[in-house]
Amino acid sequence: MSKDMMQSFELFQPDNLDDAINLLDRFRGDSWVLAGGHDTFSWFKDRAKYAPNVIDLNNIDELKGITETNRGLEIGALTSLTEIVSNPIIKSNFSLLSDAAGKVASPQIRNTGTIGGNLNQDARCWYYRYGVDCYRAGGNSCYADTPQGQNREHCLWGADRCVAVSPSDTASAMVALDALMVIRGPDGEKEVPAEDFFIGPDIDIERMTIIQSGEILARVILPTDWSGATFYFEKVSDRNTWDFSLVNVAAAMIIENNVIKDIRIVAGAVQCTPRRLSVVEQVVKGSPKNDDTASLAGQAAIRGATPLNYNHFKIPLLENLVKRAIRDA
Amino acid sequence: MAYELIGKDFIPPDIHGKVTGKAKFAEDFRLEGMVFCRLLTSSVPHAKISNIDYSEALAMEGVLGVLTADEVPEQSNVVEPILTNEPLYVGDPILAVAATSEAIAQNAIDSIQINYDILPFTVDPLESLYPGGPDARSDGNTMSFSRPRSIISHKWTARDFISVDENTLPMGEATETWSFGDIQSSFDSSDLILDETFVTAGNSHLCMEPRTTMANWENNKCFIYGSTQSQSAVMPGLASFLGIDIENLVYIGEFCGGGFGSKSNPYSTMAIPAFMSKKIQRPVMMRISRAEEFYIGRARPGFQGRVKLGFRSDGRMVAADLFVVQENGPYRGFDDFDAAASAISLLYQPEALRMQAVPVETNTPPRAAMRGPGENQIAAAVEPLIDKAAKQLNIDRVEIRRINAADNDAKYYSDQGPVTSAYQAECLDKGLSMWNEIKLRSGQKNGSKVRGVGVGQGFHPAGRNGYDGLIRITPDGKLHIHSGVGNLGTYSHTSTSRVAAEVLKYNWDNCVVVRGDSRKHLAWSPTQSGSNTSFTTTRQSYVAAVDALEKIKEIATLDMGGSIEDYDISGEEVFLISDPTKRIKFSTIAQRAIEIGGKYSGYDMPDDLHPITKSSVSGLAGTGLIGVSKDNLYRNGLVAGIAVGFIEIELDTETGKFEILDYLGVSDCGTVLHPKGLSTQISGGAVQGFGLAAFEKHIFDPQNGLPGNLGFLDHKPPTYLDVPSVMNTAAAEVEDPQNPVGAKGMGEPVQGCAAAALVCAISDALGGHYFNRVPITPDMIVNAVSGREQSHGPLDVNTA
Repeated sequence: MSKDMMQSFELFQPDNLDDAINLLDRFRGDSWVLAGGHDTFSWFKDRAKYAPNVIDLNNIDELKGITETNRGLEIGALTSLTEIVSNPIIKSNFSLLSDAAGKVASPQIRNTGTIGGNLNQDARCWYYRYGVDCYRAGGNSCYADTPQGQNREHCLWGADRCVAVSPSDTASAMVALDALMVIRGPDGEKEVPAEDFFIGPDIDIERMTIIQSGEILARVILPTDWSGATFYFEKVSDRNTWDFSLVNVAAAMIIENNVIKDIRIVAGAVQCTPRRLSVVEQVVKGSPKNDDTASLAGQAAIRGATPLNYNHFKIPLLENLVKRAIRDA
Repeated sequence: MAYELIGKDFIPPDIHGKVTGKAKFAEDFRLEGMVFCRLLTSSVPHAKISNIDYSEALAMEGVLGVLTADEVPEQSNVVEPILTNEPLYVGDPILAVAATSEAIAQNAIDSIQINYDILPFTVDPLESLYPGGPDARSDGNTMSFSRPRSIISHKWTARDFISVDENTLPMGEATETWSFGDIQSSFDSSDLILDETFVTAGNSHLCMEPRTTMANWENNKCFIYGSTQSQSAVMPGLASFLGIDIENLVYIGEFCGGGFGSKSNPYSTMAIPAFMSKKIQRPVMMRISRAEEFYIGRARPGFQGRVKLGFRSDGRMVAADLFVVQENGPYRGFDDFDAAASAISLLYQPEALRMQAVPVETNTPPRAAMRGPGENQIAAAVEPLIDKAAKQLNIDRVEIRRINAADNDAKYYSDQGPVTSAYQAECLDKGLSMWNEIKLRSGQKNGSKVRGVGVGQGFHPAGRNGYDGLIRITPDGKLHIHSGVGNLGTYSHTSTSRVAAEVLKYNWDNCVVVRGDSRKHLAWSPTQSGSNTSFTTTRQSYVAAVDALEKIKEIATLDMGGSIEDYDISGEEVFLISDPTKRIKFSTIAQRAIEIGGKYSGYDMPDDLHPITKSSVSGLAGTGLIGVSKDNLYRNGLVAGIAVGFIEIELDTETGKFEILDYLGVSDCGTVLHPKGLSTQISGGAVQGFGLAAFEKHIFDPQNGLPGNLGFLDHKPPTYLDVPSVMNTAAAEVEDPQNPVGAKGMGEPVQGCAAAALVCAISDALGGHYFNRVPITPDMIVNAVSGREQSHGPLDVNTA
């Protein structure tokens, strides 16, 4: 349960990525990567998670900043959400991401919160955060997926012992933009499409991404394929700031003569990973951008949704948001 | 009446400290040798503790002591214990550990082994009322509010439950009831009867400042630095918790970062650092964390209710029958159910009313009064039904409220007693031009968005009497108002003190509000709660000033002859009316008072003063001219605090979200004491009302009693971006005849009216869909619009 009192830990503040990787290698399971600190310190304050060695990435300049390269736009993982929101290139070419980043949490949190931290944040299930011994915490039960479990915020798809959802607003945008995630580990760098970066409980119930102990998300590459496309991002949350999405939708579309030539559309907070709405994409691709297509898209989006006891509202909400994405983009 | 100070804005004397951060709240104090203590709280909702092993903790370096329930005075079974061996909710404090740092204390707590013998628990009152249902406590399941309060065992029959469908509140035997009028014949004479089941959620007070306390003992005196709304009123109860006489208690409570009713009175956990300090002989600071504040910081009780209302065809409400099953928490709770019925009696003036209630104990955080306790829940539940009646009777929504509005002949409560004043219709009239404009937009569509408009009303008793006023004029000419009222953040300590300056025609720059520390010789005052300060404490200041004025004139007669009628005051001087050149400065009068002694400088005082005031006067004796008196002014009847809110929203039917476009709050507060304070109260109350209507609620898992939303993130108080950046405020501006300056309180109903207005506007936007539940969250709106059933049953409580 919440204790609001951190334990002591050793703080390491490397000034380059190689040193950070070496430190992670040295401490292995006893280490913790610190970026903006919002996720980290809530775990630490509650004493629900702990690591004796904290590797603070904030002094590593190579993890910061936004640069145009021949591969597209590269965004360092330590770049603040506020910087992403206000970056002119992102605003003009990839406004889907700046819109999504602008909806994350609150202005204060966006000032210190990083894109890497937002993409790598842990599940927000309140039971898990409370510190109960659920599957995701290494135990052998789920408190949310029961007849009386309070699961309003939980998933419509992909339940597998855990019913938590993808909490990141920028994750939906990254998948829609077909971003590449660049991961640095002891063996160097590897690139993974955003769609494969996020993993569900069926793959590993204790992780939200494919990043393993010893690895760090270094940067994100936005390929030019979707630069300047037609975008739509919408997040519905209880309050207009601070809260996590009840449902969010991110869409990138190529529209010619009012016909949707190409589309990637993704929903957040409906399953453990950003849910690429492939059926919607197939339904609308080649169709005129109009109310009928929008309605069809909405209906396609909710196919197969399996609500829990307190979250069936997410079905009409998702249907409406997908409809709006096609109709209003 | 024209005033020099009353009705004008001023710079509150404590605001500089707040703005610069120099203000010292409880946790900002430090004493030499001070250490910290932290709480070990229950991880289960109900258990008896069979064993505690803290040997490892005590052996840790830096740990100074452990305090258990066995070492603190036992309280009566209805009062929240200081520490407990039978925790009744997740978060109930079991023991405290003192250490040189909080981290060490927490490490020590983590090493303590507790054996819990788990007992049945419940987070749903109806579940507990069911025959064989779980009891929240070993000694029963229901709080009897008849004096003295006691825990009783009360169950309904299975027949009670199955005699209604699952969507309707069963009404078994009530344990609390009162009525007036002939309820049956009033319903018989009704042309329209509404009978509705409703739920209002419990929710946390969410005070910005958690209830930190620091304690120290010196020469058998206990010094407490705390966070309370009240000052002098805290003393008797706090001394009682500590088992000491009031004269051995020093209480410092200069600032309070929000109370909303949860810090009106002293609370049992304030005694923990005091007993720890006594045990380890060190000053002890117990900082309360945000999460701990959720547990021990109190909450508003939720209602599972049913209300039957009878209307004549002309819109007049003639009968009201209210049944409330109140979620009372595990301890004493508060009689919200009673206040709910009282609000109906005042705001709608029915011929007949029956209140029935069962306050059921639950294993959830302790309940206490929260802003408009009972009145504001019922405003959110009943006001939409007034709209429903208006629609069916084809009467304008403001007009039907006007038809039933309380005026100066209004009757109140079970005894149908009088009111000092009531200007409900005047409040409604203040919003009429806005209403006539916005109601034209009701139901107007723009894409997926639709306009909704609403009007809501709130009520709370707004004044008491019988407390003491104490002022002092010192030989430097300064007027000191020794206010015993607290500082809950409204600056009413100063706005009410200014009445003394008004009476004595003082330049405000020459006045000092003395407060916040019992060593400063303060007057006995009421709790700063219940919307009462404006009415009650202006009377205290007034009677003290009148007493001082008389003494000033008496001293003038001693030195210049004549009788007191021959004298008047101006410019902080007393003068002979027949020859205004014959004047004595108040500074000189103060010096003379000291020389003359007796009643003039506090050596003699009225017998009817409270012992706290008497002690303060004795402490001040010989330091100046003392004005002191008990408020024996006339008062007959309820001081009616009424408020009305008008609202326009735009609701998006596809997302369940709405935007508040415009809000006007109007208060029947009599004379406006402090215009900025008034508008801040109306706006701030509205924000909290929007929280009650559409955001804030408790969530508890019925499987394990765990709280689902502690803290500001998950409990969801409205943010700046959820409310209009500018809200409009107004006052009825009619004086109350039973207050010397015409003032009444207003802090609580301004929340209820806003909550009600918003609930009404949401229903209006949805074409008259009534949720009969607050808060109304986006999921509920989306479900309603898409024709889906709600996830929760109509009577479910504490659900997500």
